[in-house]
Amino acid sequence: MRSLRHPLQWILTALVVVVALNFGQTLFTNPAWEWAKVPEYVVSPAVLTGLKVTLIVTLISAVVSFAGGIVVAVARLSRNPVLKSLSWLYVWVFRSVPLILVLIFLYNLGSLYPTIGIGVPFGPQLSVPTVAVLSDITLGVVGLSLAEIAFASEIVRAGLLSVDHGQHEAAKALGLPRWRQFSRIILPQALRSIVPAYVNQIVGLLKGSSLLFYVSLLDLFGVVQNLGSTYPTDIIPLLVVATMWYLLLTSVISLVQYFIERHYSKGVAR
Amino acid sequence: MSTALATITGGAVSIRHATKSFGSKAVLNGIDLDVPAGSVTAIIGPSGSGKSTLLRTINHLERLDEGYVTVGDQLIGVKVHGERFTELPERAILRQRSRIGFVFQGFHLFPHLTALENVVEAPVAHRRPLAEAREVAQRLLERVGLGDRGDAYPAELSGGQKQRVAIARALALDPALILFDEPTSALDPELVSDVLEVIRALAGSGTTLVIVTHEISFAREIADQVVFIDDGRIIEQGSPAQVLDHPSHPRTQDFLRRVL
Repeated sequence: MRSLRHPLQWILTALVVVVALNFGQTLFTNPAWEWAKVPEYVVSPAVLTGLKVTLIVTLISAVVSFAGGIVVAVARLSRNPVLKSLSWLYVWVFRSVPLILVLIFLYNLGSLYPTIGIGVPFGPQLSVPTVAVLSDITLGVVGLSLAEIAFASEIVRAGLLSVDHGQHEAAKALGLPRWRQFSRIILPQALRSIVPAYVNQIVGLLKGSSLLFYVSLLDLFGVVQNLGSTYPTDIIPLLVVATMWYLLLTSVISLVQYFIERHYSKGVAR
Repeated sequence: MSTALATITGGAVSIRHATKSFGSKAVLNGIDLDVPAGSVTAIIGPSGSGKSTLLRTINHLERLDEGYVTVGDQLIGVKVHGERFTELPERAILRQRSRIGFVFQGFHLFPHLTALENVVEAPVAHRRPLAEAREVAQRLLERVGLGDRGDAYPAELSGGQKQRVAIARALALDPALILFDEPTSALDPELVSDVLEVIRALAGSGTTLVIVTHEISFAREIADQVVFIDDGRIIEQGSPAQVLDHPSHPRTQDFLRRVL
C-alpha cells in the first residue's frame, strides 16, 4: 500500500471517513429504521416462504441456464448453418428484451396460445392447456432461464474460444472421439474462465428473480412488498430484512465461487 | 487398399504429389516422398519452407489440395471415389490418427490433467481398460525418464519434461509411425539433450519416425534419410552423408552454411 503523501489525499480520506461515520451514526440514532422490528420479520414464516421460492427458482434456473447455455454456445460454434443462425437469433432476442417483458409475455401466454403442444403437421397432436403448464414456479423458472440462457451461452462461448488452439490439435492428433475431445479436453479448460463469470451471473439471476413479483409469484421481494402494503408503517424494517437476506445469499454465492475457482485452477502455474 | 476402418499396419509412408496452398500462397508444390517402415527421416529446411505443413498432412491435420498420403496400407484422410478423392468421415480419420503419434513443438499437454492422465487419455478413449492403460502409461513415463513424475501437472514440469511426457503420450497407442514437429525448438538449450536422448532410443525400435528439426548434428546421427525442403519442394534427399556433408545443390549448401 502506498503511503498518503499528498495533502489532498489526506483531506479526501478524512472527508469520506466523516461522511461514513455520520451515516453509520444515523443507523442507530434515527428511530425510523425501527431495528427492533427486524428480528421478528427476518425469520417470520411469510418471509421464509418467499425466501424458499427465491432459492428454488434461482437454483433451478441457474442449472437449467448453464446446461442450456452450453447447448446454445456449441450450436453457435458449430459448422451447421441452421444451428448457427438459430442460436444467434435466440441470443439476439433474449439479450435484447428486458426480463420483465419476457415474464409478462409468459404470464399472458394463455391468452396468446390457450393450449401448447407438439405434433406432426396435419397429423396427431399432443397438447395441454398453457395455464396448467406455466404456473407459479414453472413460469418463474422458464422466464428466468429463457433470458439467462442467452447470457450464459455468451459466457460459455467466450470460454470455449479462450482454449488454446493447440489443445484442439493435440486432442485430434490423439484420435480422441469428437465428444471426448469436447467433454474431456476442451470443456474442462473452458470452465476455468466460464465458472467465475457464470457464478457472477447467478448473482444477477438471484436479484432478477425479484421481478417475479410482477407475475404474482411471491418470492422474497414479493412477500416483503406484500407485507409492506399490509403494514405500511413497517416498510423500512421490511426492506432491511430483504436487504439482509439478499446480502447473505450473495455472500454464499461468492463463497461457492471461491471454492469452485480453486478447484478449476488445478494444473495452472502457481 | 483395405477399408478405412481397418487398423493401419506397418509404418511406411508414401507421399505423392502433395500440393497445398494457404489462400494464394503455395506451401507445398508437388512433393513425392517415401519413408520405409521402421526408418528415421529428418526433414530440414528454412522456416516457411513448408516442412511442418508437410508433416501435418501425414496425419491429416492439414488437408491436401492435390496428391495423397498413405501410411502402411491405407490412404490417409480420404477415400477413392470414382476419379476423385473424398474426405473420410471424421470417425475413420480419428481412428487412423490413433495409429500415428504426433509430437508438437509447443508440447500441447493437457494442462488440467496430470502427466499420467495425459498419457492414459488416448488409450482409455480407445476403450482400453483403465488399469491396463495406467500400467502402460507408467511404463512409458519410466521409459522417458519420468517414472516418478506421474502425479505432476504440466505446469509443474520443465519444458524438457513436458516434451518427454508428450512423447510418452504419443507412444501410448503403440503407433506404427510418430511425427515430430520441431520437438526441441521451444526448449532452453540445456534441456534439448534429454529430449533428443528419448527420440534416439526410439530410432531402430521398429516405429517409423519422421522428424522436422533444426538439430543438424542430431539428424546426421540418427536419420536414415535426410530431406531438404525449400519453397514447398524437395531440393535434395539422401543419406545424412550425402545431404549434410556433401550437399550437391547450392540452396542446401547455403542453408547448411547458415545453420551450422
